[in-house]
Amino acid sequence: MAIATNQTILIVGGGISGMTAAIEAAEIGKNVILIEKRPFIGGRVSQIYKYFPKLCFPTCGLEINQKRIKQNSGINILTMSQVASVTGSTGDYEVVIKTSPRYINEKCTACGDCATVATSEIDNEFNYNLNKTKSAYLPYSNAYPQRYVIDESVIKTDEGKKIADSCKVGAVDLSMQESETTLKVASIIWATGWQPFDADKIQPYGHDRFDNVISSVEFERMMDPMGPTSGKLVRPSDGRDAKNVAFVQCAGSRDHNYLKHCSRICCMATLKQTTYITDTYEDGKADIYYIDIRAIDRFEDFYQKIKNKDNVNFIKSKVASITEDKKNKNPVLNGVDTEGYHRYANSYDMVVLAVGMQPAMDTSILPKDITINEHGFMENNDNNGGMFAAGCAADALDVNRSVQSATAAALKAVQVVNSQS
Amino acid sequence: MSDMINQYRNNFLKEVESKVEEGEWVKNCMQCGVCAGSCPLGDAWEHTPQKIFMMIRAGKKQEVLSSDAMWMCTSCYNCIVRCPRELPITHIMHGLAHYAKRLGLAPKNNPTLKFAQIFWNNLTKTGRVNELKVGLSLYFMNGFVEGIKTSLKMQKVGLNMIKNKRFSIAEAWGGHSVKDKSGLHKMLKKAYDLESARVDK
Repeated sequence: MAIATNQTILIVGGGISGMTAAIEAAEIGKNVILIEKRPFIGGRVSQIYKYFPKLCFPTCGLEINQKRIKQNSGINILTMSQVASVTGSTGDYEVVIKTSPRYINEKCTACGDCATVATSEIDNEFNYNLNKTKSAYLPYSNAYPQRYVIDESVIKTDEGKKIADSCKVGAVDLSMQESETTLKVASIIWATGWQPFDADKIQPYGHDRFDNVISSVEFERMMDPMGPTSGKLVRPSDGRDAKNVAFVQCAGSRDHNYLKHCSRICCMATLKQTTYITDTYEDGKADIYYIDIRAIDRFEDFYQKIKNKDNVNFIKSKVASITEDKKNKNPVLNGVDTEGYHRYANSYDMVVLAVGMQPAMDTSILPKDITINEHGFMENNDNNGGMFAAGCAADALDVNRSVQSATAAALKAVQVVNSQS
Repeated sequence: MSDMINQYRNNFLKEVESKVEEGEWVKNCMQCGVCAGSCPLGDAWEHTPQKIFMMIRAGKKQEVLSSDAMWMCTSCYNCIVRCPRELPITHIMHGLAHYAKRLGLAPKNNPTLKFAQIFWNNLTKTGRVNELKVGLSLYFMNGFVEGIKTSLKMQKVGLNMIKNKRFSIAEAWGGHSVKDKSGLHKMLKKAYDLESARVDK
């Protein structure tokens, strides 16, 4: 662990924004500490199947970032760590960080012997709990650091002992405890990202009741060859091909009952996801139910491209409710369309709810004078002193804009460091 | 800025905003259609709330105020609960119904309207609902012959209600009343004047 000084920049959150800010600041010679809540860095981007609008895989960009981090001695990463408290002011913050035990140290070679002997299973958080993983696990194949994790639940059991015995390099350490570190830093970048809005809360849409109503983030995992269905596009209820799929926009966004703000990414994400269906099945069909399509700035081209397809339809209507056809478990969308006021009850193989982006930051640990807007995003403001928001901590942003926002935040943080010496 | 906006706002929308209870909300509707799709009686109406709000913005005064839509609302509040912009849709619909009635544009033979009028007349007389008279007025709402038919059909129910003291024949002569009847009438008059000052200005 490098010594933190008043020259150090702390970055909270190791998603695409946090990684970018860390790399940008470190590559101009600054000392950076990057902390991440989960056991790996890469965040939600690592759970995305394809990017819009190029429809390429996020894996390659993440790999490049991982390589840049590995090559840079100025970046220190603390995984499974969270900020417990922040005190002080610009150039002189004191941050207390809590680190949960991984029960595996840096000797781990990711050979997988521990997972082989592990017998119990836990919910697979990486796949939004759609399947299970072993109690000794690598979060996902490309996880960085490439190091296994042992779940709390087996530590004091015989299974835990067997897991420890199976390791040939002595990487398992069942005696690890939660630890606390106090850091002195000059500037803090909050890159705490977002979480998908809990679709279960949208009562009329029945995500909690109907098997074939899934959320957009779950759909991303489904398409991944390493995902819960091994990349097969099938209905959760019976494993049948999901060829006729509806997308419901603004599921939780632009709605005073849920999230007031426009989440900005969901229109593009849905346009992208229709290609998953039309690319998988020749006779695949996608219907998009929307209030307005917000394909922001240069994405208009992509929107037009999808709009010109015969097998993708656009229906201007916010769906009022979803019911289930008991016979075949088909979700049925009910509502009235705005172009002609036709009442509909349309049946589909599967429905995808384009869920909104909710800021994931725990604002209770922040000093009181930090500007948090009514939607829960941190607004960059002179009052915030040496603290800056990056990516989805600042606003609902796509990856492209998150990276821009993170680079800007890195520059601001570097300015704070430079003004200290 | 707001003057500019007002130039583009048609007269009927302005009228609804200033004269209809909760009418100032109409401009906030984003035409998503959730209210229309959530209404349990939706397909039984001439117009859904979504359509009514669009018609107001299109300046269709005659069509809006003579629609049966506002009179069909059962106040289930499904639309209010689901509206993403928190429009008090039920209240706006009732406000429109009231305004249409005031201007004499409401559909003359709408049963809800007729019943509402009977109920109001009955209630405001003594401050207490005279169930016997409300019931009979309702039976004879559509003429003498139909009234007799309905009365005969309901004979048994009526007799049982009398036997179980659910209502009294004595209600036919005056009926029960609040203590200060003239005070009640003064109060209603004041409310009506206040409303008129707003609506007729």
